[in-house]
Amino acid sequence: MLRAREVVAGYDRGRAVLDRVDVVVPPGAVRGLAGPSGCGKSTLARVLALLQRPWSGTVELDGRPVRGARYSVPAELRTAVGIVFQQPRPAVDPRMTLRQVVSEPLRARGIRRPWRRVGELAELTGLNDELLDRMPHEVSDGQLQRACLARAVAPRPRYLICDEMTGMLDASTTAALVRVVGELVNEEGTGVLAISHDEPLLLAWAGDDVIRW
Amino acid sequence: MQEPPLLWLDDMSVRFELGRSRGSGPVHAVTDARVRLSPGQVLALVGESGCGKSVLASALLGLLPSNAWIRGRAWLHPGTDEEVELLSSSEHVLARRVRGRRIGLVPQSAATHLTPVRTARDQLAETFRELRGRVDHGSVDELAGRVGLAPADLAHYPHELSGGMAQRVAVASALVADPSVVIADEPTTGLDRPLVDRVTDLLGELADRNRGVLLITHDLAAAKRVATHVAVMYASRVVESGPAEEVFHRPWHPYTKGLLEAMPEAGFQPVPGHPPALTELAELEREWGCVFCLRCPDTPGVAPCNGDPALVEYGSRSVAAHPPC
Repeated sequence: MLRAREVVAGYDRGRAVLDRVDVVVPPGAVRGLAGPSGCGKSTLARVLALLQRPWSGTVELDGRPVRGARYSVPAELRTAVGIVFQQPRPAVDPRMTLRQVVSEPLRARGIRRPWRRVGELAELTGLNDELLDRMPHEVSDGQLQRACLARAVAPRPRYLICDEMTGMLDASTTAALVRVVGELVNEEGTGVLAISHDEPLLLAWAGDDVIRW
Repeated sequence: MQEPPLLWLDDMSVRFELGRSRGSGPVHAVTDARVRLSPGQVLALVGESGCGKSVLASALLGLLPSNAWIRGRAWLHPGTDEEVELLSSSEHVLARRVRGRRIGLVPQSAATHLTPVRTARDQLAETFRELRGRVDHGSVDELAGRVGLAPADLAHYPHELSGGMAQRVAVASALVADPSVVIADEPTTGLDRPLVDRVTDLLGELADRNRGVLLITHDLAAAKRVATHVAVMYASRVVESGPAEEVFHRPWHPYTKGLLEAMPEAGFQPVPGHPPALTELAELEREWGCVFCLRCPDTPGVAPCNGDPALVEYGSRSVAAHPPC
């Protein structure tokens, strides 16, 4: 499991956003986290995705405490947790095609021709060849978010944090992406933390397993 | 008798010419849009991102980039002394008589539309000076109160405001000159549900005061809460419109049905496939008639689909290609 244990974290000194927070993300399941804006949901997402070092407390990955954040974490631990953010546009390099966006984490791991895996990911997330060859400004938010999801799961992370992943999307694209995440949970045993302020969405997505802040 | 509309769009189309090197046709952003907005109505324009909703709003306000060309007519206050045809009006007319004065705009992600180095009060006061010629802080406070902001809240800089408060400042700015039409472009994106409800209720109150509200949104729950009328847009075209309750309760067009069935509380089933590229719509329509055909459960040209992309009126409702049986 992925666990935040007694985590205290924040941005300005003396003003903790998370105060001794304990959250567990079990493998092979979707756990929802609901709460109003400003309550620290995204900070927790960053801490669990090893992008931000907590002031105190630890993040545990399958029972092993992880020290540090970002590049100070060994690559095999870092790629064990994927994250998808609310806004796809600022999350991609505008000069890359979607194919490059999706394959970036694979190329970064030294796989020089990751095209078979990219093909699998495209099929999983509902992108096609023609879409993969477009630039971010040539696709809609929904299509770009599909690419961001494909990129996040490209290295087969054991855990996936979806931080308001569908906040910008229409109902149909939302339902489609939630279905994709469901397939990962069922087929690859991925553990998912679905963060949103939209409780009806989380109840449909995570069943009864929703933490309310 | 029905009141005369505030806004009347007749066969409005918007195209964007891309660079010649792209080898693709123009982008069909809006095609033959027919929209009526009457006093007391909240018209929700719904559809997935990239379907042309925001372009439609920008076209009405003369805010499109220079590579856009526009066809059709859009009258503000048609049939009255104050009638203005928006699409052929000069920038001078739009700037001096329309924007802010008769059509208020609530922009998407309000926080980025506020000047970061000035307080909310300062920005509202500037809008008062510009649109009403003078400012007294009593009316600023009164307007702020109407949108649920306390005078003390106005002393804050944009980065000190929460998303919901920034959105309310933007709503207040749009209301300074008491416009008869308010266009709200995705006013609830990024807000949590209680704040969405407050912002949409604010728009509903405007309609209660006999203003017309054009609510552009992909959030069906927000649309359901406040809209009196709804227009569903897909791939540049309005495919269905009518009174909100009837359309949401008994949708005729398969895309409307698909959107409603995709809501978390109504099955969570996505519409299969992708919307077509906006550069390929002309070809698609030539081949199939209706632009939704690639994702539609019905066979093109075979009942219930008649393969005609034009919006046809049936009583108070309109639908394209899929007439009610």
